[in-house]
Amino acid sequence: MEHTKLTAKDFASTLPVKWCPGCGDFAILNQIQKAMAGMGLPHEKYTVISGIGCSSRFPYYVNTYGFHSIHGRACAIASGVKLSNPELAVWVITGDGDGLSIGGNHMMHSIRRNIGLKIVLFNNRIYALTKGQASPTTLMGAKTKSSPMGTIDYPFNPARFAVGLDCTFVARGIDTDMAGTTALLERAAAHKGTAFVEILQKCVPFTDKEFDVLKDPENKDDLLIRVEHGKPLVFGKNRNKGIVFNGLKAEILEFKSGGVPSEVAVYDETNAEMAYLISGFQPPEFPLPIGVFRSAEKPSYEELYYAQVAAIGDTRDNELETLLSGPDAWETK
Amino acid sequence: MIKSSKKIKVSELASITIRFAGDSGDGIQLVGSQFANATAIAGNDLSTLPDYPAEIRAPAGSLGGVSGFQISFGDESVLTPGTRPDVLIAMNPAALAVNIKNIDKGSVIITNSDVFTPAALEKAGYSANPLEDGTLSNYRVIAIPVSALTESALKDSGLTKSQIAKCKNFYMLGIMYWMYDLPLEPTLNWINTKFKKSPELAEANRKVLMAGRNYADATEIFDARFQIKKSPVAAGKYRNLTGNEAAAYALITAAKLLKRKLFYGSYPITPASEILQTLAKHKANDVVVYQAEDEIAAVCASIGASFAGCMSATGTSGPGLSLKIEALGLAVIAELPLVVVNVQRGGPSTGLPTKTEQSDLLQAVYGRHGESPLVVMAASSPADCFNTTLEAARIAVKYMTPVIVLSNAYLSNGSEPFRIPKLSELPKFALPPLPEPENYKPYMRDHDTLARPWAGPGMKGYEHRTGGLEKAEGSGAISYDAENHEKMTKLRDEKVARVVREIPPVRIHGAEEGELLVVGWGSTFGAITQAVSEARATGLNVSAIHVRFMNPLPADLGTVMRRFRKVLVPEENTGQFRMMLRSAYALEPIGLNKVQGQPLNSEEVLGKIKEILRGN
Repeated sequence: MEHTKLTAKDFASTLPVKWCPGCGDFAILNQIQKAMAGMGLPHEKYTVISGIGCSSRFPYYVNTYGFHSIHGRACAIASGVKLSNPELAVWVITGDGDGLSIGGNHMMHSIRRNIGLKIVLFNNRIYALTKGQASPTTLMGAKTKSSPMGTIDYPFNPARFAVGLDCTFVARGIDTDMAGTTALLERAAAHKGTAFVEILQKCVPFTDKEFDVLKDPENKDDLLIRVEHGKPLVFGKNRNKGIVFNGLKAEILEFKSGGVPSEVAVYDETNAEMAYLISGFQPPEFPLPIGVFRSAEKPSYEELYYAQVAAIGDTRDNELETLLSGPDAWETK
Repeated sequence: MIKSSKKIKVSELASITIRFAGDSGDGIQLVGSQFANATAIAGNDLSTLPDYPAEIRAPAGSLGGVSGFQISFGDESVLTPGTRPDVLIAMNPAALAVNIKNIDKGSVIITNSDVFTPAALEKAGYSANPLEDGTLSNYRVIAIPVSALTESALKDSGLTKSQIAKCKNFYMLGIMYWMYDLPLEPTLNWINTKFKKSPELAEANRKVLMAGRNYADATEIFDARFQIKKSPVAAGKYRNLTGNEAAAYALITAAKLLKRKLFYGSYPITPASEILQTLAKHKANDVVVYQAEDEIAAVCASIGASFAGCMSATGTSGPGLSLKIEALGLAVIAELPLVVVNVQRGGPSTGLPTKTEQSDLLQAVYGRHGESPLVVMAASSPADCFNTTLEAARIAVKYMTPVIVLSNAYLSNGSEPFRIPKLSELPKFALPPLPEPENYKPYMRDHDTLARPWAGPGMKGYEHRTGGLEKAEGSGAISYDAENHEKMTKLRDEKVARVVREIPPVRIHGAEEGELLVVGWGSTFGAITQAVSEARATGLNVSAIHVRFMNPLPADLGTVMRRFRKVLVPEENTGQFRMMLRSAYALEPIGLNKVQGQPLNSEEVLGKIKEILRGN
């Protein structure tokens, strides 16, 4: 197909953006518009589908076909759009509550099928639109309006959820990391099959400080690890710490800045087991990983579907009467 | 026609009702449907009623595991599968025990005498063998050692004992084909296709079928055979279809007429799964079949496909419809076309999952949050599932609205001959041309139908957003404006109300006015029509109408009902349509209500008609 030259501006909508001032969603909007422009498709081929929640307002703010649907069902609706017209670039915008709680089943099965959806899950660890109840990613013990004594729910780790389901593309980014997160989204855009990107995103009214520690220039290099395919797993302000896999057990090895010891693992995004281990890293024991955790090639659902159609031979142009006649039709005169 | 080697009298019958019954593992549904096809190909009109337990394999020989398949066929229009069978084929003692109460004295009972063992008799609750103790002396019992005969026919086949045992149903089928002078070819063809990969099984089934036929021909156990006169039907090409198959073919036809792809999203549920299975065979005909992870995903994927421009549909049964209902609200406010085929079963909850009912009417018409009108239609016979579903699809795209089609277990599993229509006989699915992109607004409306234009992803220049939030009239932008919401609510309501223009005048079976009008809807058509015909033949002052559009109701329905002194509404629920009629027309109809998982039959309707008219 012809490559269409569009820029991020072509995806900007004229509607007023109604997120709270300072919301992490503004940055993500910007990043996704850039990633979309890189896909090179004609404008009408883009469709953005969302459920319910703050993030799900997204379709109004990009100038494409959009469907702001019902709570939790974005993946299900998007699957119908993609399967009926595989040429479309179908983006699903969801949140931690929409995508992992009420919509968890559809998320899980979309990933299982490897259907070509670009799923971006905005993780602010709270139900924000309903004004502050605990979500499935709210950290254990957090006091919210629905958990005044602290939550007793073990939280989901969205990226690990996707890796565990053998999702063929899994990445995690942070809203404020413009270049890094845009790069992840560009790779997601280019991926065939299901792409799942978790973006940690602050919510000014409810989880304003949630990710501050990860953004603090003083600490962030010690608390975050950027994983990159083919590169050693190194982090730290002085790039002096590395991840070593001792069998299936991960350990942190401190070393003198400069040369990276050979024991330090080199990241392999095609390796599902490594992706599982790395996506489970949580502070304070380990740095929080960001980057592309998993990228694998596997035929997508829509490819398999239309390959079956091609294999049986398209008979759509047959006469209706032929089509309706079974093997045991009879003629009455 | 089979030539008999003996001079046995061949009687001509006008119609007959036969019930095959046996263990749910005995292949009763298969034998029944083969027999139905053979009668259809022989030129009879017919109606069938499969009646099987929810368990795939209930304990062998138990009363709860009895599966039945009833067929009525004859030389004139056969409207129901019959009330009381003339012939019962009981493949085991339990089948006899369960069905004996439904057959009249003097009827024929054909059994496999080999399976009337002490153990099997005990499971069926018999203390003595009814074939021997005289309890069946008022019936014409034909006891045949089918197991032994099957074994002997296959003694050199090399098949295992259990493989041989599975063939005995075809032995019985061979006997029945002889008895009713029916062609074997359709079943022989079926055997060839079915066992293409196991020639030894094909050979065995062929052999057993022929052996059964030859046995009946040669033995003196039968004193008569029957020939059903051909039914005078319109010329054309026919096939025997179940209601579910008919609905599936209607959806394919609708997509062809619309020149769009068909998208069918569905989740397996009894008794609707055959629609999914039938369509799954037609992927090559521009049909996208999507087996979703749940009922909600199924309807949502179909809504997504509708947004993307497909002729979209989903199918389900009561509990599944409950799950889909939130999404139907989305389809209503997004104003997207969608056909929902709801095959009703006994409820609530899992209820009687394989049995029939008409108890989702109120759920279909009213069961949504908010003011959420949509079109509801009901099919009246297996073949009418085609016409009604096709009409539902036409209305869905013409008015940009979801349409629910109510079928039920009785229609979906039952079958009747279906005349394959020619393209020229089918309705047109013409959509109004889209306005030029510069004049396009997502929620502008067609002057006549109030439908919004159908543009979606992939179409250049019509980029827009839709969704569940209230829309501003015309532009479709999000609107929280109080007056706009009321206006849009009324517009959506008016749009569905205008579908009344699609409804032809009510057709009255019988006189235009009089004492009693029977008002039916959906699957009771056959029973009501037959009962009213019989009542009128005896001089009773009764007429009938059958409603297909449940929402909106036909414009002249109230006027027609008021021309009769009394109105009777038979339905397989506790009075749902009666409640709708009361509220719409302030009438007080009489109810005839049955909620037993079994269809209302014509005798019950006739009995009620007599009771009402004799009370005058």
